[in-house]
Amino acid sequence: MAHQETHADHGHDDHAHHGPEKGIMRWIKTTNHKDLGTLYLFFAFTMFFIGGLMSLVIRAELFVPGLQFVDPEFFNQMTTLHALVMIFGGVMPAFVGLANWMVPMMIGCSDLALPRVNNWGFWILPFAFGLLLSTLFMDGGAPAGGWTMYPPLVLQTGNAFPFLIFAVHLMGISSITGAINVVVTILNMRAPGMTLLKMPLFVWTWLITAYLLIAVMPVLAGAVTMLLTDKYFGTSFFTASGGGDPVMFQHIFWFFGHPEVYIMILPAFGIVSTIIPTFARKALFGYDSMVYATASIAFLSFIVWAHHMFTVGMPLAGELFFMFATMLIAVPTGVKVFNWVATMWRGSITFETPMLFALGFVFLFTIGGFSGLMLAVTPVDFQYHDTYFVVAHFHYVLVPGAVFSIIAAVYYWIPKWTGRMYNEFWGKVHFWLSAIFINITFFPQHFAGLAGMQRRVPDYAVQFTDWNVMSSVGAFGFFIAQFIFIFNMLASCFGWFGRRQDLPDRVWEGAHGLEWTVPSPAPYHTFEDPPRIGEGELTAVHDEVDALDHHRLA
Amino acid sequence: MAKHGWRGGWFGTRPAKLAAGAALALAALSAHAYTQSSGGYNTPVGVTEISREVYGLHMLIYWVCVVIGVLVFGTMIYSIIFHRRSKNPKPADFHESTTVEIIWTAIPFVILIAMAVPAAATLIRMEDTRNADMSVKITGYQWKWEYEYLGEDLRFFSTLTPELNKARQLRSGVDVTQVPNYLVDVDNPLVLPVGKKVRFLVTSNDVIHSWWVPEIAVKKDAIPGYVNEVWTRIDEPGTYRGVCAELCGRDHGYMPIVLKAVPEAEFEAWLAQQKGQEVASAAPVTATDVPVAAAAPAEPAPEQQMAAAEPAESESAGLSKDELMAKGESVYKANCMACHQANGAGLPPSFPSLVGSAVVKGPADAQIAQVLKGKNLMPPFAQLSDPDIAAVITYTRNAWGNDAGVVQPAQVAAQR
Repeated sequence: MAHQETHADHGHDDHAHHGPEKGIMRWIKTTNHKDLGTLYLFFAFTMFFIGGLMSLVIRAELFVPGLQFVDPEFFNQMTTLHALVMIFGGVMPAFVGLANWMVPMMIGCSDLALPRVNNWGFWILPFAFGLLLSTLFMDGGAPAGGWTMYPPLVLQTGNAFPFLIFAVHLMGISSITGAINVVVTILNMRAPGMTLLKMPLFVWTWLITAYLLIAVMPVLAGAVTMLLTDKYFGTSFFTASGGGDPVMFQHIFWFFGHPEVYIMILPAFGIVSTIIPTFARKALFGYDSMVYATASIAFLSFIVWAHHMFTVGMPLAGELFFMFATMLIAVPTGVKVFNWVATMWRGSITFETPMLFALGFVFLFTIGGFSGLMLAVTPVDFQYHDTYFVVAHFHYVLVPGAVFSIIAAVYYWIPKWTGRMYNEFWGKVHFWLSAIFINITFFPQHFAGLAGMQRRVPDYAVQFTDWNVMSSVGAFGFFIAQFIFIFNMLASCFGWFGRRQDLPDRVWEGAHGLEWTVPSPAPYHTFEDPPRIGEGELTAVHDEVDALDHHRLA
Repeated sequence: MAKHGWRGGWFGTRPAKLAAGAALALAALSAHAYTQSSGGYNTPVGVTEISREVYGLHMLIYWVCVVIGVLVFGTMIYSIIFHRRSKNPKPADFHESTTVEIIWTAIPFVILIAMAVPAAATLIRMEDTRNADMSVKITGYQWKWEYEYLGEDLRFFSTLTPELNKARQLRSGVDVTQVPNYLVDVDNPLVLPVGKKVRFLVTSNDVIHSWWVPEIAVKKDAIPGYVNEVWTRIDEPGTYRGVCAELCGRDHGYMPIVLKAVPEAEFEAWLAQQKGQEVASAAPVTATDVPVAAAAPAEPAPEQQMAAAEPAESESAGLSKDELMAKGESVYKANCMACHQANGAGLPPSFPSLVGSAVVKGPADAQIAQVLKGKNLMPPFAQLSDPDIAAVITYTRNAWGNDAGVVQPAQVAAQR
């Protein structure tokens, strides 16, 4: 219990050397969870911007049939990098950033358990993506075999190949360090009284996400290492002519890849489960079932991977098993959606920007869930597989799903982080533009895919023109609308437009949780002494047990 | 079929619902069919019993989703309207109910079982490839398909047509909306009889492809080292189009499939005509020909015009080394570079280096034979024209410091 011993001499002499350093070295050397959370978020939004630009190249080329702007090879580089940048550079670091900021403040501890590891985990990322993006300027260009890196195609990558593999290794190391930190912190450093089944849902979903990360990132590392040795060291893990098996890569990749899907959505569930009760002014419905549903989804995510590969020619028994297992995921996911709706039911709802994005999440993520259910039906999946229907499906769960939840979280907590409220009017404008344009972008892709438009092509049969015109218009609109958000948030960070710092501790009247018991902005160090958890700060309300626990605390 | 025919785009077929000037202008663009029975926005009903079953399952699960969606979203919208603070200032304080949780766990479970049963039944029928009347082996190449009618001594390549290949180049200057069957037409279609159970054996020679014809609801990955089985029995004569569905490199979007289903008698006649006789490529230009030179983006593909003019040229005395080298480089970039790399160094051990290689330094005839017939991982390139093969061989024999002389089209022709 080292951190308890150091608490004794805090109070008097630590301010001289425990405040943030000045200048750039503050950010390079920092071990403070709030600084690192900020770095992660700035990094993630930079990557969202870069990945967004790549998606605009894609949408510009697909605006009308015919090849207008880029060579097919460069187009493939764009789809490949867009996915890698958005998944590993955007969504995942954004969630790690939110965990950095919020997990210690939610469970009442002073920092993450391993602060130096935390610093290392973040600073790996700029190098990983520096390597990855540098391939754009190489002879032969960037990787163009798709983010799934299927051999034998990926083995045709030129000089970019080792950079791709090494970048993926670095991203994996970063994710694993972050995940270990979250697990150790949550299991060891909760304030007295914060039992596991009283933790905020965001903490719960991140705990489970962290276990998923620890379980599957090494699998990905193994898969790409085998690719590396296949290419440079004469092994034939995946080369049929050498006795290897190209399909084995897909099994290994998707054993990572499917849990990865939930790594990108479970923290989003946690965020939405935090925001909806606040603005419905009503406790989260079915807290325990939410935790169990999250755990069930995590478990199921390990036994459904082959639904990404129904067309590779698996035995019938395999296809049936993976169809049934995949359909099963709809049950716990449905429970979550029903619980959110029940939380709103007979609440006293207001519609501040975070709530708008959370509601947008529930609507649009559910649409992504429906198409997911359709994709689970194997005989029909043969028609959907590798079409724009799939593209529409996973963008619905990732953009108005994961990304909307990240945006909602930033709106929700930025007053706590910076002490300055964002501009509500522009927040609402941002929401409505985003919600409208994202549907214009991705809804038509369902139709194009059903009617036969395959994925990852720079050009298409003329019958798909209408859908693609709409989709491209939507994509440009969505991209431009995000600048409203960026300026709104930067204004809160830097106090532009005379935004004042006079917010109460509890910024949202309906909010519960330890983070709302500290000043706004949150001081550089919080909860150096474990807090006493006040009544009403727990999102988990248990009628019978509650009275007992409070009694014990007192 | 005609009732659902794709005539003028979504907007065009529903002008009353979505009448907008801009939209009608767009509708004029969409004039040609790829998936005819899709209506342009839905899974095709198709022309086989299986495809109709698949369509039925698709609509069933779709309506299940719609009903659940209406209930869930309806409840949410009701709550958003009537449980807002201005209408309901004091929130209720219920927050758990085991009964309700059990109910909404059980109901979806029951729905899923009801859904899984017919889906499993269809899947079992789809996987039953026994008792086929005939078999066709389908091999994927970067970026073309090869069809082999097993037991019939008939095999041929199927590639994007030369007209489409010209139109699809970067800034080709061709208005692709006026090109019939843009990106979904080939030189040699796969011809099959209607009413027969046809088994496809799907494999690949290089990377993973996926053979997909939406109208018969068949999509199967073509994987090197694997032979996947899938079957169909087509009910109606007609032309059905498809595409490669698995990313397979640069020209993944340009290896379409055309399947012509004909009455059995017509099929037998076609087969007799084709049998034993080599199906020549429709034209010397391959699906993988080079993009228009970046230096002259506005001009209509000069290289292709050159290529089209060449069969006559090849009859004459021969080509100069410079001509062969220039042409050879572009053929190399389109057909060979993915494996042997721009610098000729290849990607050993799978793709050997051509720099100083024994094959390239050795007798020209052996190299010509290897290009025509293929070797190990290397596919045959017999579908290239004689001048193209002569040029690319000359290029490899003289680039990157190699110096092994010139090969003329006549030498290639001699070995066909």
